Amino acid sequence: MDTALLFDNAVVLLPELVLAVGVLVLMMVDITRRGQNGSQLLANMSVVILLLGIGASVMIWSRAPVEYLDGAVSDGFAVSVRLVVLIAGVLGVFLSRNRFPAIERQGGAFYSLHLLAIIGMMLMGTATNLIVLFIALEIFSLALYILSGFYRESPRSIEAAMKYFLLGAFASTFFVYGSALLYGAGGSAHYARIHETLATGGGNPSLVWPGVALLLVGFGFKVSLVPFHMWTPDVYQGAPTPVTAFMSVGTKAAAFAGFFRVMMTALPSYHDQWAMPLAILAVITMTVGNLTALRQSSVKRMLAYSGIAHAGNILIALVAGTVSASAAAAFYLFAYAFMNIGAFAVIIALEKHTGNDNDVEQGRLAGVAERFPALAAAMAIFMLSLSGIPPLAGFFGKFLVFRAAVEEGWAWLVVFGVLNSAISAYYYLRVVVAMYFQQPEEVGDEKDPLDIPVSRSSLFVVTVSAVAVVVIGLQPGLWADLLRGLGQ
Amino acid sequence: MLSTLTFLPVVGAIVVLLAPSDSLKKWLAFGATIATFVVSLLLLPGWQEIPDMQFVERYAWMPDLNIYYHLGVDGISLWLVLLTTLLMPIAVAFSNQHVKENLGGYLALMLLMETAVLGVFLALDLVLFYVFWEFSLIPMAFLIGKWGSENRIYASIKFFLYTLAGSALMLVAILALYFESGTFDLLALQEAGLPPGLQQLAFLAFALAFAIKVPLFPFHTWLPDAHVEAPTAGSVILAGVLLKLGTYGFLRFALPLFPVAVADYASLMSILAIVGILYGALVALAQRDLKSLVAYSSVAHMGFIVLGIFALNEQGISGAVLQMVNHGLSTGALFLLVGMLYERRHTRLLKDYGGLWASVPVFSFFFLVVAMSSAGLPGLNGFVGEFAILLGTYRSSPIFAVLGTAGVILAAWYLLHAFRQVSQGALTNPANFKERLPDLNWAEIGQLLPIVLLFFAIGLAPNFFLDKINPSVAALEVVQTPVVGDGRLVDSSYLPSLTSGKRSWSSIH
Repeated sequence: MDTALLFDNAVVLLPELVLAVGVLVLMMVDITRRGQNGSQLLANMSVVILLLGIGASVMIWSRAPVEYLDGAVSDGFAVSVRLVVLIAGVLGVFLSRNRFPAIERQGGAFYSLHLLAIIGMMLMGTATNLIVLFIALEIFSLALYILSGFYRESPRSIEAAMKYFLLGAFASTFFVYGSALLYGAGGSAHYARIHETLATGGGNPSLVWPGVALLLVGFGFKVSLVPFHMWTPDVYQGAPTPVTAFMSVGTKAAAFAGFFRVMMTALPSYHDQWAMPLAILAVITMTVGNLTALRQSSVKRMLAYSGIAHAGNILIALVAGTVSASAAAAFYLFAYAFMNIGAFAVIIALEKHTGNDNDVEQGRLAGVAERFPALAAAMAIFMLSLSGIPPLAGFFGKFLVFRAAVEEGWAWLVVFGVLNSAISAYYYLRVVVAMYFQQPEEVGDEKDPLDIPVSRSSLFVVTVSAVAVVVIGLQPGLWADLLRGLGQ
Repeated sequence: MLSTLTFLPVVGAIVVLLAPSDSLKKWLAFGATIATFVVSLLLLPGWQEIPDMQFVERYAWMPDLNIYYHLGVDGISLWLVLLTTLLMPIAVAFSNQHVKENLGGYLALMLLMETAVLGVFLALDLVLFYVFWEFSLIPMAFLIGKWGSENRIYASIKFFLYTLAGSALMLVAILALYFESGTFDLLALQEAGLPPGLQQLAFLAFALAFAIKVPLFPFHTWLPDAHVEAPTAGSVILAGVLLKLGTYGFLRFALPLFPVAVADYASLMSILAIVGILYGALVALAQRDLKSLVAYSSVAHMGFIVLGIFALNEQGISGAVLQMVNHGLSTGALFLLVGMLYERRHTRLLKDYGGLWASVPVFSFFFLVVAMSSAGLPGLNGFVGEFAILLGTYRSSPIFAVLGTAGVILAAWYLLHAFRQVSQGALTNPANFKERLPDLNWAEIGQLLPIVLLFFAIGLAPNFFLDKINPSVAALEVVQTPVVGDGRLVDSSYLPSLTSGKRSWSSIH
């Protein structure tokens, strides 16, 4: 290969390169301070690295989309997803800085895996090639398997990692198999060339269907579509909460980004055929996610099922399958990043006060509004935004997605979407009701844990997220301009 | 100007939350609502009696998606805006006296509520309207859930979910309208006209949202719960203003946008309205709790307003607009009176009272006037609205008018029944004796007096109000080309015009 080609357009991957160099530096620093406890320095370094990554993304923001070595592209969708992942990453690091013993002990491993996961996720959005896509998927998946099991003393955390890993490995094999079949169908691993071959009547169209079906299993697992969602509640609940917060947004953004690009650039000519099954899947996912969330008593599990329902909503955008739909999905994920991570940040802030190290029971939220008015207000904002009440960010995410779907004639699907939003309002509202309207039943027995102050970095995440949710909601036009779709 | 009006309360809410002491919060909240009222009064001097939108403001909000921040006020919304800004300081003044717990949050929510409601009345962009519409649920749900009585959590959730589910389909309809005509702008949509098939579906989606809000029979079940559990000021705002969002929605969106569908469904809506009138009145008669009596009377009165709207002629609709204001004033005042009584005796059961005229004459006097206004006594405001509605209804369907008139009689019955139970008869219960039960103080009289004065103002000089309403109503498409009813039955030339200037003034003097 011509070496000049290697550097041509390499700027496409600038954010990933910045982070990769950053990971190496981070590991070096970790080695030099071996034996020392405490990982605040590493956390701060990670923040700096991620901010540099955001800077790099902003630098290439307004460049015309170019492709790098038939494997990655820097269009508006890629940079938008990158931004979502990086923001989720930064907020995740701040949440991890809360002096959790396990993270303090092994900060080097934790933060380098965290950054590696981010690299993989960003790559998912840029990949234009099945092989690059698979590598990206594995980079972030492997990192997340380890991160979910990072609380080695907690059986639930180990269980989460084990479950996630075994099922994830299984899903990956489906994914590889699907890629191979798609390669067979189109004669290339490159999306545009697959499309070209199939659209001109060449290739082996009979392999498209099995290929798409197997790919769907892989993606469905990652974004937790019903019926591939079984792992989600257990992993969300068992994994360290900062990891859950980051993963819930990052994985969803990355996997959807990959999913969108494959379906819409490699197989647009088959849209008529894959749209209907995906629409049915979206209805099932939203309904099952919401109905199951109604019955959860753990807030983390509730958010896991709510995440499933949100995946169903985003899938509606893919069903619509237009450029504006992909932009809508980017907006949705952007809004989701703030409201979901914000909600997890409140959980982290309250965990110790409610007598559980890694979760919050809904019943224990009673009276929280009196003790922590600011946290409760922020949580109320996140819950209302997640249920899609205007004028908060979540509403406009849904609005844009639904709009794109109605535009393509999927009004019936949107009817299911809005009805599901109404169902979801019930369980989000229950959190608000518990915090504000209910009185704590017994107060006497645990006076001491009440006095632990909420850490500054959690407060920071809560504040940033709450402000972002409100600002995005009041000025949605600004952000809708910024976040772009495929090929834009 | 309209933006100042709409967002002044939000500024007030923020200031109230930041204020250090409760007494300061009280004054700030009251000051913010008064300031809003003053700003809204400034609409009157510059008012032109034309059908068009006035004081229009239009800025790009999401320009790529054709969504504009578009506000305007016309004859249909003018008095509702003023009703809102008038009732708010009264409700805040009442709360300042009686709410003890978490006062800052309470007042901030009231102020947010005012912004949401004004936003709904002023928005001319469907998305902007939807945003305010949905947002109005949050402060109310919090007011009920946090400051309500025993069953407040159930009532709050029921209120929130019921109304939220109702408006979910409206969002789909709004999107469908957009892709039909390429705009979210109400005025542009009105110009463009919509195909009849889409009109039918979209009307059903909008009507469901509005009918739940009104509430129209059989969607009324959330209302008694919400009212009975809500704190007094919450009830005042809920009955006085929030219910009007539903009828206003019919007038502002359903009638202009879907004239064909409206004509098709007018009889159905009228029948539901009449069922609501009779059912609400009969259930009100059977109540033992004074507050639920007033709550059910709202179902009946709101039915009247819907009946007037779906008469689809100028008299009916103008009467409905005026009756919205009347109902806001009189039911608001009734809830205030019930609240004042409750704060003294901590019971709302009719059997605990009786003979109060002897112990609290000022209270009883106000109660009588308000009850008479609500019952539609000539000379007071309720009569003008009901008369115009029945006139309009008679023109489109005499049978509906007859049934509606039965509702007027029932209303007089249950209101007098309530008055008799509370104020007349022998003063037997020692807890109600003069020494134990103080009469209204000056602050409370101050809260009631502006409302009562307006009763007389509207009752004696209705044309001052109707002249501003009529041009906008007359310009509605459904009014200009009547599609329902039998026009020959009652020739319109025999009908007294409601726009004939100062006649009522001259007849009084």
